[in-house]
Amino acid sequence: MQVKPSGTLDEYLAPVTIEEAARALADGRASVLAGGTDLMLQAANGRTPYRGRLVNIRRIAELRGAAITGGRVRIGALTTVTDILNHAELAKAVPVLRQTADKFASNQIRNMATIGGNICNASPAGDMIIPLLALEAEVELASWDGAKIRTREVALEKFFTGPGRTVMERGELLTAVSFAVPEAGHRVRFAKSGPRPALEISTVSAAFAATCKDGVTTNVRIVLGAVAPTPIRARSAEALMEGAECSGDLAARAAKAAAGEISPIDDVRASAWYRTHLTEVFVRRLIEDVCHG
Amino acid sequence: MSATVEINFTLNGRKRQLTIDAGLSALNLLRDKLDMTGTKYACGEGECGACTILVDGLSVNSCLMYAADFDGRDIVTIEGLRSDKGFDPMQDAFVEHGAIQCGFCMPGMIMQARHLADTNKDLTYDGLKRGLEGNVCRCTGYKKVFDAVADVIGIAK
Repeated sequence: MQVKPSGTLDEYLAPVTIEEAARALADGRASVLAGGTDLMLQAANGRTPYRGRLVNIRRIAELRGAAITGGRVRIGALTTVTDILNHAELAKAVPVLRQTADKFASNQIRNMATIGGNICNASPAGDMIIPLLALEAEVELASWDGAKIRTREVALEKFFTGPGRTVMERGELLTAVSFAVPEAGHRVRFAKSGPRPALEISTVSAAFAATCKDGVTTNVRIVLGAVAPTPIRARSAEALMEGAECSGDLAARAAKAAAGEISPIDDVRASAWYRTHLTEVFVRRLIEDVCHG
Repeated sequence: MSATVEINFTLNGRKRQLTIDAGLSALNLLRDKLDMTGTKYACGEGECGACTILVDGLSVNSCLMYAADFDGRDIVTIEGLRSDKGFDPMQDAFVEHGAIQCGFCMPGMIMQARHLADTNKDLTYDGLKRGLEGNVCRCTGYKKVFDAVADVIGIAK
């Protein structure tokens, strides 16, 4: 069954360096192919029409792999979800990434899908985005300015502007995502919901990060997915918890505050009411897990 | 006008050279251009696993893969599991355990099972169940499938 894709596909390039790729994207009439798991479907259903040139970045070796240097984790855009799942050093330094990768789609999709693709697809339900926001990650963007590579870094929190929309300019390529290794005692956890464990587009996803030392909660970050046009930080819930004593009904109060910060929709996967309910339950459980677990 | 691309790859041990449309899926290349219909089209969106093939030893949904990305890679489909010596042990085990009813999901199921057996040395029964999460069967109820795979890998239920 062949579906006629939307848009124009009149040229195909498979660059092997970032510079070649940046040049191929420079005129703004190119679509980037990484794992393909989103692009193949979205070109067919019209959500992401081809822009003319298909630039397959899969041959750019320098874009793949994760490394920890100088207290910072840097994950290349082409690193697959399976790569993250199997990366022992990463799993030790940042267990939440393996925890999230393990809940990502299916084995077959994890073998193809890349972290850069999951970020650029900019779904409010994109699983890998949620822990990365809790880790206060930044993305690296590269483009060709006519004479050389221009790079800039954007905080992931400022990256998304709506469903499927980001601050990336058309000629830009996301090359990596990076974040500081969490300090000792700073714990990050992820949770997602759906009717079955595999292949589920999250109905609600959440990440919670905090340091709970001597009964006091600091460095609190609460991230929520699939409950607003972009993944969001629940800032007022964070403020309520920051420096507070982690006891009594703090988890319940923070969870209620977080549920008040979302703008969920009714769709085929869940009602807004149910998403609000799940958000409160997930946040409360994550807080209890991190602070009392 | 549609862009074309020349690809060189290995398919079931045999070198191939083809010129294809850049937007073609790997599944359409196999089924419609090469008449290799063992790999099945079912959902067409990565939800069911019926189109699972091995690319450089890793299982992928061929419906979501660009055939252009076959270039330089080693591809194995269900047709490639059979050798002069007969069927792959995984295929025999599915037959022996009665894991097959209508059979439509089986090529994908067996390719994913092959991937699990080849890439996970310490696979447990629960682990293989998780590994087959991306393959949907509407007849068997999975139990016989899990038992067949467990038998080949040599793990206790």
